[in-house]
Amino acid sequence: MPKSVYIVDGSRTPFIKARGKPGPFTPVDLAVQCGRPLLMRQPFPETAIDLVILGCVNVIADEMNPARVASLRLGISDETPAFSVQINCGSGMQSIDTAFRYIERGTADIVLAGGAEALSHSPLVLRRGAVDWFARLNGAKTAGQKLKAASGLKPDYLKPVLGLERGLTDPITELNMGQTAEILAHLFDISRRDADTFAVESHHRLAKATHEGWFKDEMLPAVAQDGSVYEKDDGVRPDSDVKSLAKLKPVFEKPYGKVTPGNASQITDGASWTILASEEAVQQHGLKPIARIVDSEWGALDPSIMGLGPVVSTAPILKRQEMAVADIDLWEINEAFAAQVLSCVKALDDSTIADEVLGLNGAGGRIAMDRLNVDGGAISLGHPVGTSGNRITLHLANAMKRLGKRRGIATECIGGGQGGAMLLEAA
Amino acid sequence: MGRMLSALQDRALELGAARLAEQQGNWRAAIDDDYVYWLVLDCPGKSVNTIDRDVLTELSHHIDHIIDQKPSAVVIRSAKVAGFAAGADINQFVGATTGDIRGMLKEGHLVLDRLADLQAKTIAVIHGHCLGGGLELALACDMRIAVKDASLGFPEVMLGLHPGLGGTYRSTMKADPVEAMTLMLTGKSINAKKAKAIGLVDAVVEERHVGAAVDAALHNDIEPTSHGVKHQAFSLKPARTLAAKQMRKKTAEKAPKDTYPAPYALIDLWEEYGGSEQAMQEGELSSFAKLIESETSRNLVRVFFLREKMRGLRTGKSGVKHVHVIGAGAMGGEIAAWAAKQGFRVTLGDVALKPMGKAIKAAFKMLQGVLKDPLKVRDALDRLIPDTDGLGISRADIVIEAVPEKLDLKRKIYADIEPKLKPGAILATNTSALPLPDLAEGLSDPSRFVGLHFFNPVSRMQLIEIVSHDRISEETTSRATNFAVELSRLPAPVKSAPGFLVNRALLPYMAEALIMVDEGIPKERIDDRAEKFGMPMGPVELNDQVGLDVALDVSESLRERLGGVFPSTPGWLKKMVEDGKLGRKTGQGLYELDDKGKPQKKPVESLKDGSKDDPDLIDRLILPMLNAIVACLREGVITDEDVADGAMIFGTGFAPFRGGPINYAKKRGVDEIVAKMNALKEKHGERFTPDAGWDRLRG
Repeated sequence: MPKSVYIVDGSRTPFIKARGKPGPFTPVDLAVQCGRPLLMRQPFPETAIDLVILGCVNVIADEMNPARVASLRLGISDETPAFSVQINCGSGMQSIDTAFRYIERGTADIVLAGGAEALSHSPLVLRRGAVDWFARLNGAKTAGQKLKAASGLKPDYLKPVLGLERGLTDPITELNMGQTAEILAHLFDISRRDADTFAVESHHRLAKATHEGWFKDEMLPAVAQDGSVYEKDDGVRPDSDVKSLAKLKPVFEKPYGKVTPGNASQITDGASWTILASEEAVQQHGLKPIARIVDSEWGALDPSIMGLGPVVSTAPILKRQEMAVADIDLWEINEAFAAQVLSCVKALDDSTIADEVLGLNGAGGRIAMDRLNVDGGAISLGHPVGTSGNRITLHLANAMKRLGKRRGIATECIGGGQGGAMLLEAA
Repeated sequence: MGRMLSALQDRALELGAARLAEQQGNWRAAIDDDYVYWLVLDCPGKSVNTIDRDVLTELSHHIDHIIDQKPSAVVIRSAKVAGFAAGADINQFVGATTGDIRGMLKEGHLVLDRLADLQAKTIAVIHGHCLGGGLELALACDMRIAVKDASLGFPEVMLGLHPGLGGTYRSTMKADPVEAMTLMLTGKSINAKKAKAIGLVDAVVEERHVGAAVDAALHNDIEPTSHGVKHQAFSLKPARTLAAKQMRKKTAEKAPKDTYPAPYALIDLWEEYGGSEQAMQEGELSSFAKLIESETSRNLVRVFFLREKMRGLRTGKSGVKHVHVIGAGAMGGEIAAWAAKQGFRVTLGDVALKPMGKAIKAAFKMLQGVLKDPLKVRDALDRLIPDTDGLGISRADIVIEAVPEKLDLKRKIYADIEPKLKPGAILATNTSALPLPDLAEGLSDPSRFVGLHFFNPVSRMQLIEIVSHDRISEETTSRATNFAVELSRLPAPVKSAPGFLVNRALLPYMAEALIMVDEGIPKERIDDRAEKFGMPMGPVELNDQVGLDVALDVSESLRERLGGVFPSTPGWLKKMVEDGKLGRKTGQGLYELDDKGKPQKKPVESLKDGSKDDPDLIDRLILPMLNAIVACLREGVITDEDVADGAMIFGTGFAPFRGGPINYAKKRGVDEIVAKMNALKEKHGERFTPDAGWDRLRG
């Protein structure tokens, strides 16, 4: 009999917009920033943590296996194992899913599961030609050979490639993530105006949630070495409206595309931790569960329509739990692109897809907008890829508790054509 | 450190064949299969080796044995984790006559010369601290292999001395002579890498490769570092004279010759005899013997023992692992950063985030300066946790309150946090002005309440006044004292009384200076005299640095509590404070100050002829300070004269070469001081009334 697994606490850093140069924190710095106060407020000692798992996509060279680096820097015992997980945009949820399985199986009682990403620290990558040139230069033995090798340098070699740009391009189809959203916008007939309206709502909801103090325990301030203090997600534009968004030009497919910087997720740095605990740990340490993890699933489909990942990962859960779309009180669908989220909503409500492809047998339906991303999402607060899955799961739990809702699903699309989903129930 | 690594710790040091050898006196020795003689220094009952007479005498016996055994090589190293050796045992100089000391040194030289003359190759393996006499022992070997963590230096100059066991000539002959001189003149330690660069050691290896390195040395696979060209150049006197001139100039910037003769004696020694090992050995002996008789050296040795005495107030462990500091202002931030640097987990609480940012920025800067290694800086910053929610309060083993000096504010904070404190947690205040009994009022458990008065900047001022009060428990006092030592600071136990010890003594000095400014004595002159006396900073500048508002505040509160003996504040000072001219904080005070807080002073020589002066100037500044300390001793604010001296030296920088204020007073003569104070009282008023406590010092 699998054991019950609870989300008992969690916290994240404010999400900090990448501004064209490396930000104040590396992925592990971010994980340390929000992890320290989180651990400080736990009733259990750090020695009670059995395992640390961290999702991170763009691991920097100085922080290989960032989970272990973060764990040690947080002052967690050197006898506590820590590993990192990576499934692109689902990494932060993969850490929770992995933790869930360990606890369910009874091999761990308390697991610290997180996600960390500093997209502003994405490396500049040398072009292949430049790498070959360096290799030739290094291999040259005599002065003559060296001179010959050196003379082979072409100006073009010095132009670095943005690592991030390559990271957001699907290697199988060579489609940029934004292009996959364009495809969905076309297939599901999402208009530019629909996408912009959704984006504006994301900003308004995030601004309201921040203003109301709904992130008080979830988002903890970060302080950089240079003394700068980060208290809030700095990508939010509360005064954003459809009119102003309409002025933005498409970025991925000019001139007719519908995906603009305004209705796509922002590139940001941020980290998030979620603490998972077994029934026994809850009893032993007097923990206060926020939600119980009921089920989780990974799904996959063609990389060119990766944005439908939430649909293919959610459907098996609904089937297994014998639930319908309408049974879910709250949804967190990661806002990679407005058009992509809206396509997912339409897909679940499309009987051809819901019944014939997903086999939901009438359990599909339309997700009401007042149940979806109620406190904003990646369009307004940004999408640190390895972190987002963790954030939406944690926030779903917190939002369910605040609103007194019974069931919720957190799900995200994953570059490469996958999706992850997690079903929570009020604890 | 985790369990596995701790369990493996005692395997770390490579002790060769001596690992299992039986201890004989201070040494363990054994010969291995390659016929290498491993000679390991392991002073019994101590965590650090020191070089004393017994160590050297026993070494001499081992040398006899070595000559007998004819090993292929001799390895000398330490079995202590802390390092090779901390230097000569200073205790053996205390109370010894110059004749004794000369005799001891001569013997020591003989032993080290015998070691140097051994036929077998001698290899010193150096890890951790290798200072003074320890380094001199290592230098008498043919080769030195340093482990990466090694830290080498000649701290003798801090005691008003220079090396006396052959260090002056062996270091200048083996290493780059100018670098070796710098090492001895500054007293600062260098790391293994730098030591290799200047030729003080021949190789740098990881501990795990010591065995292999010894093997390589044995087979002549390690090239000794050589500074042949430089040695040749400096074997000529004109070259040394030129360099010596530079050294004297540089030294004069730091330490005047009449108060700090040792560096000058060392420069003379090298300039005169640097060409000949034998001549320099002779010269070293006589120069050292002369220095050790000097007033400066006696007083600096006294300062060394004061430090030991204050450290020795520790009775055990504080049991503190987690420190919570309330208030991220300048002091709170400094305390928190320093505690994090010392390895404690620290939460820094403040309701506002802005001061937190400033505190972290300042901490980063301080840690970079002190720790150098970026990884250590990172780890210390990771341990320093901004805590706006006060989460640390209920987890901390000690909570240190460092908020503005307002009684109501502090009381309110105590009322809020006391119920949250962990059982056994200490509640400490960094107040410098408020009486502890007043602060303790309303506490449900005043026995856990203590004053920890830090000095600014915490990273440089070593003193912490441990302030007790009538309801404190003995356990709290001793745990607080232990904690201060764990912070690598020096505790001075004092009773709660206005200004405690240090501020009560310092304030008359600062206040008198203001009166002198009022009389029209140029402020540059006042500061210059005080600095010539040996104070680290003149009193006028000190007012600016502390902040005129703070100085005014503290002196008014002291006057209120102590009555008429305290000088009154000139009216114009109040006006300056009202006008926002506060000194360093605002860039304008008694001086104009630049961005870095450096005052724009006129050179004293450029003061107009006939500008005002007072032949009693220095006495007017210093005697009231001494008087206040005497009063504190009489009132029992502090009980130990030595600790009072130490507190003034480590808390204010009071001229170390004078051995502390009480030491100075006794040397000068109590009667003379009392008479002088009475004369000053005639002339300037009641504030110079000698305290009744002077009588007790006469004994």
